Parts: sequence; structure tokens; C-alpha cells
Amino acid sequence: MSTKEKQTLPNLDLPASDRGYFCDARPEVVEPVKGIWENFLNWARANSLWILGFGTGCGAIELRPLMTSRFDMYRFGVQPRPTPRQSGLFIIGGYASVKTMKRIVRSYEQMQGPKFVLGLGSCTVNGGMYWDSYNTINRLDHYIPVDVYIAGCMPRPEALLAGIKTLQERIMAGEAEGQNEYARNFDWYKANQKKIIKDWNMPDYNW
Amino acid sequence: MTETLSALGAELKNRYGFSDIHEQRKDVAFVFAEPGNVPDALAWLRDHRGYLHLSFITCVDRIEEDELELVYMLRSHEARHDLAVKCRLERKNPVMQTMHGHWAAVATYERELRENFGIQFPGCPRVEENFVLEGWDNLPPMRRDFDTRKYSEETYYPRPGRSTSDPADHMKKTQYPGRADL
Repeated sequence: MSTKEKQTLPNLDLPASDRGYFCDARPEVVEPVKGIWENFLNWARANSLWILGFGTGCGAIELRPLMTSRFDMYRFGVQPRPTPRQSGLFIIGGYASVKTMKRIVRSYEQMQGPKFVLGLGSCTVNGGMYWDSYNTINRLDHYIPVDVYIAGCMPRPEALLAGIKTLQERIMAGEAEGQNEYARNFDWYKANQKKIIKDWNMPDYNW
Repeated sequence: MTETLSALGAELKNRYGFSDIHEQRKDVAFVFAEPGNVPDALAWLRDHRGYLHLSFITCVDRIEEDELELVYMLRSHEARHDLAVKCRLERKNPVMQTMHGHWAAVATYERELRENFGIQFPGCPRVEENFVLEGWDNLPPMRRDFDTRKYSEETYYPRPGRSTSDPADHMKKTQYPGRADL
């Protein structure tokens, strides 16, 4: 770990004059503390999932009914937040075009840990009906780590609630380690992202 | 064809050398033009014949004839009539005069057409900026010789094990097993 922590990111896609303005640190792995304290933290995390209010595809329309009294996501401790800095759950609502993918990566990296990703709809699993499109990705888990997928086109709000329940169970079991996964395989994720986002004009790790 | 429409067709032919007007439906007509005459003709149609509204500009890739076909769809709310003015460009190096002076919204259409079909519109504001595709470095994707499936398979890591259920195949298998004539 100690050698890796000292490594910095080159930020080669930024103009040389701008590099000084941006951080060049790599994401770090946060090892879970073992035992009862971690269980308590996981219980707290699972019951305060705050969604980033970023509708990234047609599936975002399924998030609106969740707020209403019929589905009422607040009873699970889920609520929308306006900025990545305040949210811990990123719901990718269906297809992601390359242009959106750039914003998704940027928002995901800006979220503070612990953070979780929920892939909503078939498009995040294998491209769905847009699997042969020139502009939409096929597998979301090649670009950011995904904790739970909800298949369907579109999944109804009930399915979304079931997905959130599954995510809560995974968090409580200590299995939702996407953030550490991202830090460990950072170079692989970054290479995949840069393969499709060709006008990369931001730092290599935006936090 | 109504008298007003045939009169309009004759006048367009006289003034701008358009082709014969073709009435597709009672409320839609098509007419062909040379690309150079289109801006003047559109201005005239807008100012003197009530086609105030430009519904859209689109492009059709006529790959068999090695041409790109631009379609300007005009709407006269007064006459409740749509008129499509079409013109053909060379496929190899398509250049068209910009029409953003006629309708300001045209700039966005032309920006999109440049990106998706590779048509150049010199002088159009912000036409060089990215519209949807950022950093695109391949053939314009709406051209018919661009293989979108091949590009997707090479670029986006297709997930193995994907199966399709074409409705026709599915019906043959489940509803009519053993029927060779279907």
C-alpha cells in the first residue's frame, strides 16, 4: 500500500498550465474496521441512503413516484440530494450515452465515501435495446463499480424498492465494497473510461 | 391538386427553377430544387407565401446515387399546409449554404447535421462545436456506410450470453412446432 499511496496521477489531458490547479492523488482503499463497530456503521449506512438527483436516462422517471406517498422511499431512509457531495447512492437510470458517461464518472468520483451504485434497467446490464448503438455503453460495470442491478425495461418503482432493500442487505452484510473495488482497479476503470471518452479534458480523478 | 398549390408550383418553377411540385397528401407537398436556389426560395416562401414556420431540416443518405438529400420542411399555419423543399448534395464533400439568417433555430439543426452526416455549413454560428458526440473520430454515424453494430461491438464490451427473441421465431417455436412451411 505504501508505494501505491505515493504514486500520483499524471493528468496528462489537462493543459500543462492548469495541472497545478487540480489534485493528482489516487483514490485510496478504506479497509473496513472489523467487528461490531463496522456492523454498526453498516447499519447506519444502509438506513441513510441519499440518492444523487441526477437523472441519467429514461429510468429517472421511475425515481419520481418513489417520493410520493404511494411508494414512500423515506420510510427506508432514502431521500434525494442535489449534489454529489451530499449523496451516497448513485442510481444510473438506464442507458448511458458517452456524453452522459463523462458526467457520470465525474459525479461518481465527486461523491464522498461510502458510496454505492445501483444500475437501473436492462441498459445498464448489457445495453438493453440500445446494445448495438454507436453512442451508448453496454456494460456499466466496466466504467464504474455497480453494487446491485435491477433488470427490466422499465422496472417499476416496486422493483426499485426491492433493489434498494437488496442493497441495504448487502451493505449490512459488508458486501457493498464498490468504492474499494474502484480504488483497487483504478487503472483498469480509467483505461476503459478513456477508451470511450475521447475528449477527456478533466483531471484523471475528479474529487 | 388544388389551384393554389399548382400555382405555387408553377411560380417556384419560374422563379427558382424548381421541379414539378408533387402532392403527397392533401396537406403535404414535395418539391426538388438545386442547392444554390434554396436560400432565396425559402426566404420568398416565408415572406410572400406564408410558410412562416420551419418544422425541421433533415437529411437522407442516398448512398445508391452517391448523394445526400437535404429536406427543409416548411409549414404554413394559415393554409394548414406543409411544403418540403429537397435538394441533393455530393456525398463526398457536401457543403450547403447556411440558413441561420432565415430562422435562428436553424443553427442547431445545421450543427447536428454536420455531426451526424458530415455536411459542412460555412458561416453557421457555433457549427464546429460538439452537439451530442464529444470527440467523435469516426465516420459520421448516420451515414449508411457506418456500421453501428460493428462499432458498438468493438468499443463497448458486449456482455456475452445475450439472446434475442425475435417474435417470428418465438411464435414458430412455441405455437407451431414442426411446421416447415412457415
